[in-house]
Amino acid sequence: MGLQIDQRNMIARRAAREILPGMTVNLGIGIPELVADFLPSEWNVMFHSVNGILGVGPFPVQGEENAHLSNAGGTPVTLHSGASFFDSSIAYGMVRSGRVDVAFLGALQVSQRGDLANWIVPGKRVYGIGGGPELARYAKKVIVLMSHLNERNEPKILRECELPLSAKSCVDMIITERAVMKVTKQGLCLTEVMYPYSLEEVVTKTGAPLMISEYLQMVD
Amino acid sequence: MVSKLISIEEAVDQIRDGIRLMVGGFGGIGTPVSLIDRILQKGMQDLTLIGNDAGFADQGVGRLISHERVKRLLTTHIGSNPDAGRQMMEGKLEVLFYPQGILAEKIRAGGVGLPAILVEPDVGIGPSQQEQLVRYAGKNYVIEPALTADVGIVYAKQADTYGNLIYEKAARNINPLVAMAGKITIAEVEEILPAGELNPEHIVTPGIFVNYIVRTSGGMGEWGFRSISET
Repeated sequence: MGLQIDQRNMIARRAAREILPGMTVNLGIGIPELVADFLPSEWNVMFHSVNGILGVGPFPVQGEENAHLSNAGGTPVTLHSGASFFDSSIAYGMVRSGRVDVAFLGALQVSQRGDLANWIVPGKRVYGIGGGPELARYAKKVIVLMSHLNERNEPKILRECELPLSAKSCVDMIITERAVMKVTKQGLCLTEVMYPYSLEEVVTKTGAPLMISEYLQMVD
Repeated sequence: MVSKLISIEEAVDQIRDGIRLMVGGFGGIGTPVSLIDRILQKGMQDLTLIGNDAGFADQGVGRLISHERVKRLLTTHIGSNPDAGRQMMEGKLEVLFYPQGILAEKIRAGGVGLPAILVEPDVGIGPSQQEQLVRYAGKNYVIEPALTADVGIVYAKQADTYGNLIYEKAARNINPLVAMAGKITIAEVEEILPAGELNPEHIVTPGIFVNYIVRTSGGMGEWGFRSISET
């Protein structure tokens, strides 16, 4: 929350490195929408959008938008070659049958076990469950892209989510403006610290114990 | 062949206070806006609304909520319409949330004559009701009942006078599912051709599911472009 566009882009650029050529990838609403910009089109990554598109292309130049062509977040998009349209039943059929390699999701909170909360702040704000539970359950790999802290500067990565869950034990990896961490059976493993933050600034602003990877990278 | 083309006024005469109204569209795109405008003008209320999301406060399906015409909402996402969240917290609007693919499949089941679908319990986590569990092939499943509606309203790019429908791009979304799940289905269409003019290979919704077609008065425009990303 409240991240600058360059921080959002930095998270998206790092996220793109988790994608391999030929993968089928779902991009959720928010920072995930930016990920496609950081991949070469010749990689033929097929981006899946739950509003019924497989093969989402780059954002159109201004003035070239089509009124009936947006991603699930309502942002105008274009098509990649080989794209197709289908209804919402088929869109989720692709997800449920295990055909999506990676799903990038936004989150309000993530627990050390990979529980995901991204649909409601009781008494304050209701977003709605959307497609989160199914993408989280059925995508082969689930990566959360989010700000490290909420708008009150409190950690969003916690021992236990305080907010109602969207899905349990589903997140494989978390990428924020401060850090990259993997969710393992033993808990969270910190693998990268992003410039200009220090290791201490990551550890103290994370609300769960962190194992430090022996290959920890300080990223410029 | 008798044409199913009627006026928007005649179509909305099918809609009464208190009915279950199912609406196509996803984040504003593919929403039958002319029918919704007319429903608002006629003053219908106490509706049970079934649809993918709560749209926007001042456009399309969201206007029915913002004008407090809806008492019960079955949906997946309301983040783009703050009025829906506010009414929900004030107890004015009952909201039942379902994961998006489950809602779509419940609507599809209703349309194709199936009584229910089976869903893995850990996907229904959170808001969805998990009342009935069943054991099948060694695993537990939640029985999610099929959804039907008194009236379903959809948006399509093209129709013929029999009611065969072709959608456009991402404006397809839940429209073909909603088109099957209403006791009465009304399609709001941009381009209406005589029966026989559409290529049968291209038809997405066969006209058997569609009772009436109306000509859209437009107004979809660019409003679907309002991104909900910042919410």
